[in-house]
Amino acid sequence: MKLKGSQILMKVLKEEGVDTIFGYPGGAVLDIYDALVKTDIRHILVRHEQAAVHAADGYARASGKVGVCLVTSGPGATNTVTGIASANMDSIPMVILTGQVPTALIGNDAFQEVDIVGITRPCTKHNYLVKKTEDLARVIKEAFFIAKSGRPGPVLIDLPKDMINQVIDYAPPEEPRMKSYNPTCHPNKKQLQKVVKLIRDSEKPAIFAGGGVVLAKASAELTEFARKAGIPVMGSLMGLGAFPGTDPLWLGMLGMHGTYRANMATAHCDLLIAVGVRFDDRVTGKTDAFASNATIVQIDIDPTSIHKNIPVSIPIVGDCKTALKHLNKLLDEADLSGLSARRRQWLDQIESWKSTRPLAYCQSGKIKPQYVVEKLYELTKGKALITTEVGQNQMWAAQYYHFDQPNHFITSGGLGCMGFGLPAAIGAQVAAPEKLVVDIAGDGSIQMNIQEMATAMQHNLPVKIVILNNGFLGMVRQWQELFYDKCYAHTCMDFAPDFVKLAEAFGAVGLRATTPEEVEAVLKEGLSTPNAVIMDFVVEPEEGVYPMVPSGAPITEMLLV
Amino acid sequence: MNHEKHVLSILVDNEPGVLSRISGLFSGRGYNIDSLCVAETTDPAISRITIVTSAEMPVVEQIKKQLNKLINVIKVYELTGSEFVEREMALIKVNAQPEHRAEILRIVDIFRCKVVDVGLTHYTVEVTGTEEKLSALITLLKPIGIKEIVKTGVVALFRDPK
Repeated sequence: MKLKGSQILMKVLKEEGVDTIFGYPGGAVLDIYDALVKTDIRHILVRHEQAAVHAADGYARASGKVGVCLVTSGPGATNTVTGIASANMDSIPMVILTGQVPTALIGNDAFQEVDIVGITRPCTKHNYLVKKTEDLARVIKEAFFIAKSGRPGPVLIDLPKDMINQVIDYAPPEEPRMKSYNPTCHPNKKQLQKVVKLIRDSEKPAIFAGGGVVLAKASAELTEFARKAGIPVMGSLMGLGAFPGTDPLWLGMLGMHGTYRANMATAHCDLLIAVGVRFDDRVTGKTDAFASNATIVQIDIDPTSIHKNIPVSIPIVGDCKTALKHLNKLLDEADLSGLSARRRQWLDQIESWKSTRPLAYCQSGKIKPQYVVEKLYELTKGKALITTEVGQNQMWAAQYYHFDQPNHFITSGGLGCMGFGLPAAIGAQVAAPEKLVVDIAGDGSIQMNIQEMATAMQHNLPVKIVILNNGFLGMVRQWQELFYDKCYAHTCMDFAPDFVKLAEAFGAVGLRATTPEEVEAVLKEGLSTPNAVIMDFVVEPEEGVYPMVPSGAPITEMLLV
Repeated sequence: MNHEKHVLSILVDNEPGVLSRISGLFSGRGYNIDSLCVAETTDPAISRITIVTSAEMPVVEQIKKQLNKLINVIKVYELTGSEFVEREMALIKVNAQPEHRAEILRIVDIFRCKVVDVGLTHYTVEVTGTEEKLSALITLLKPIGIKEIVKTGVVALFRDPK
């Protein structure tokens, strides 16, 4: 069968189950776009290529599928780098298709030529430059396989123009088999048995769940495991939703802005079972002091995550879901009598940490950002898909919105990428049209990709944006307040657009609240509007995120409200 | 903690960009490369990269895991103890004034190396051996005057059971 490169691309994308692409056309991808419009694949035209990648990220997380984006060569490709780096840090399965100048021109500094494969080598899971149209189908299949297997991640395919418009005799590729890529999925059973023994012997156990649990779709198994063994659970930022946020065993987030009880439980536990985490510095604080009384078990599919930052006693390489399933089976067979009596004291201790030092803030005449998030949680009954920007808004979202399900909290965790929330909300809304999607934003970060309001409007995506508007780059301001003698160097955004008018200029709905009394009414109206809405909450300018562990300090050294 | 020398032998896909992935991994994560050698194996689809790195043990473990994580890396071996042979080659262009010629040839003889190029004022000496042998030879030739030197870096292979 004679097919053009662009037709092969579409054919294989369809075979891989792709129904949506986020992209932006340009000279080098004209042929691809020409083939794309002749398929039933939905294309979401963004306003900036960075947003295409963030949207594909949001789409991947909300749908559990591989996110796909398509951009042109040169600036189109370089604009994707931030989004790719964010997806790479958060292990989000994604395939990025970039146009490239014809192979004969590569290396000649041609118009809109960049070495995007070279640029993205350190921030992708893998990348390809297609040099033969005959390789195209195999490369796409491999890219999807790599993106979604093992520890997922973004894979970039660079497509020179002549590879795309050449016509070849098409032979369907075989299923990808790569001798150099074979992730370990099946955990060592002897190691798992040791965990069961440790659980039986432990007086003060705790579970630390991360994004790996969400990615492995292992939330049900984790929940069963924790309940069966009666072990309290805390999460990393990426792990929120991996365990029900309203369960009595839930301790909240761990780390720099973690709850008092989660941080204290980590410091005092005698057994820490870490599942799908990589012990980021924002979680551990001072590594020597981290869980220093505990035997640490770590389950992760990526061997490099183990022993990287924190030495562990029982390393288990494998898929979290498989490991937890097996652990649950072992627990069923084990004699767990007397366990709950022995844990009583520990659980009481945790309860007293919780009741003496709950997450808290002081009400004042001005709107408190935490109050807005609390109200949002209440009004949406915790069912909304929440995306965030980065900074204080992200931390308040993590602290005051409680996630009972996985894939409902979509945030740029590892890279901490401002401008993520709106495009991610767009991607999530495309994946879940029936859901309420809310971007919790700050006035600083929303301006980084505000142009995507036009994307939301063009594609009728009724995303809701909650701006916690404090007139500052709040998180940096908070560090300046605490560690730089309140020298607010360039963190005050003296000028901001009128977000209500801005919403209206885009054809969306703009609402504003300036007093605590208005918050509920504005949220109710905004959430019930069947259109994209920007809700501008003018909040207490110098509110801080607490608890806070100063960078590099032990996580028990918390600054509290 | 000791920064010991570790020899890593890495089998990789023989494709463009693979070396860059590996050197990029070392530079991006702040690991050292003391020397690096790369060439095709008997299978033209596979290349062998030999890297000498100095790092503490936990870091070397992390390096090996990170290398294994690269899609194009097929296998990573760490060569340790006496279970492997290692060799390095150097070409040393040494000042050879008439009064030194006999001495240079005597040293060449003792070290069982070869003079591969002769000029009016220089000899170029080819030497193969362990790093220690090479540095011993260089120490002896230095007073006579080394004009230029080039080294290959270490290549190494496991010994097979006797």
